[in-house]
Amino acid sequence: MFFEDEPHPGEHLPILPGHTSPGRLERVLRAGEFAVTSELAPPDSADPHDVYSRARVFDGYVDGMNATDGSGANCHMSSVGMCALLTRVGYAPVMQVSCRDKNRIAIQGDVLGGAAMGVTNILCLTGDGVQAGDHPEAKPVFDLDCMSLLETVRTMRDESHFLSGRKITVPPQVFLGAAANPFAPPYDFRPHRMAKKIAAGAQFIQTNYCFDIPRLKEFMARSRDLGLLEKVFVLPGVGPMASARTATWIRNNVPGIHIPDAVIKRLAGAEDQKKEGQKICIELIQELREIEGVSGVHVMAYRQEEAVAEIIDRSGVLQGRVPWYPGRDEIKLQERA
Amino acid sequence: MYSVRLWASRHARFFEGVYNLFEPVIVKLHPLWNKLGYQRAEKPVGKVEALCKGLLFDCKMCGQCILSSTGMSCSMNCPKNLRNGPCGGVRLNGNCEVYAERRCVWVEAWDGSQKMKHGERIFAVQQPVNFSQQGSSSWLRQVRQVTKSKQQSEEGA
Repeated sequence: MFFEDEPHPGEHLPILPGHTSPGRLERVLRAGEFAVTSELAPPDSADPHDVYSRARVFDGYVDGMNATDGSGANCHMSSVGMCALLTRVGYAPVMQVSCRDKNRIAIQGDVLGGAAMGVTNILCLTGDGVQAGDHPEAKPVFDLDCMSLLETVRTMRDESHFLSGRKITVPPQVFLGAAANPFAPPYDFRPHRMAKKIAAGAQFIQTNYCFDIPRLKEFMARSRDLGLLEKVFVLPGVGPMASARTATWIRNNVPGIHIPDAVIKRLAGAEDQKKEGQKICIELIQELREIEGVSGVHVMAYRQEEAVAEIIDRSGVLQGRVPWYPGRDEIKLQERA
Repeated sequence: MYSVRLWASRHARFFEGVYNLFEPVIVKLHPLWNKLGYQRAEKPVGKVEALCKGLLFDCKMCGQCILSSTGMSCSMNCPKNLRNGPCGGVRLNGNCEVYAERRCVWVEAWDGSQKMKHGERIFAVQQPVNFSQQGSSSWLRQVRQVTKSKQQSEEGA
């Protein structure tokens, strides 16, 4: 998709009527295209090129990259820092904000700082507990929860004031996202919880790894009954598993990820487990796309980032569309000349 | 105590009824609290509240009780202090992500709310916790709020 007025790195697109952000992700979704986002693993280094080289592998295949905020409660480069680097060259990051490490003062400051740098998408998360990560002795903050975080950022954007009531002169124009996990109990409550998140300000939803299609279908059907699907864009999470062993490890050690036995069995029985994992991922994307209310996918390919382009390509979901990347339109402009 | 807390949320309907009888009584006592001074009443009432609710619900005295909206399962016992529902980390057996051997506070809350008359209160979005109210009495705060809104509606009428 090509917008005539896009993009000059560091400069915002105009905000279209009915939109809340000047970002490309919102434009793609509101135009009814099938959107693709991916997870960008932050480096354990202070080298900006580590961020750029990790981002480059997605060029031409994703509409947004999630800059994670200490995911799994492990320490890495901050999401604000990654976003500063990514927006500098024009990428469209989704800045993740977790409630685990920062209180409301720090979070609201980061929202303003992020938006000033050109962040147009913010994903509001509760965050994994500290016990899951490499610093289990750390103090868990959890001053806000994801719901009050959503409401806080929405108020900052729409009513131009902080939680304290103090005025914000130029509000952060952001597209607000939240997570959902249809695959964890209590299942009946999950659609209602998504309804609460929408009421609190969520405009798009990214889910945890989806392997259980029937469970997701059930969740989407209940969400439709509650009238949620017109109000929110749902992007289920997918990702290739490198092997049956990795899948088992993730299932046992990463909170909130449920991988059915059938998937692990299929991986274990394959000759090339890595290839099989990618094949499963492609099949899942194609199945997800057929489900009512699914607006895109969020690809999490931890340590297999270089496989994302091929997975998206083979799934065919972009239908020839080339999402923007630095340099895309230079080629186009040269071709035109 | 953990087992009492589980028992209490499993009898959420009963405790909802008890509270609905109890609230009008302490609200009626507003003249007494007023005469005594809310500041001075704070300490003894807070102590009684902490004792009762501590025993039954493992109350953390956040000072802004939402037990009626959380199926009588105190959300301040969630290690992430979630006040709006379960996180994505709940285990398949309904246990907590952080404490593998304990039930998720919100799984209990959802079950409890299903038993209550006004279980739909669980769908309301809760405000962030006001940490400056920690340790103070929710009951007295509720009395002041109810009395104030009563007075306002009377003045308006």
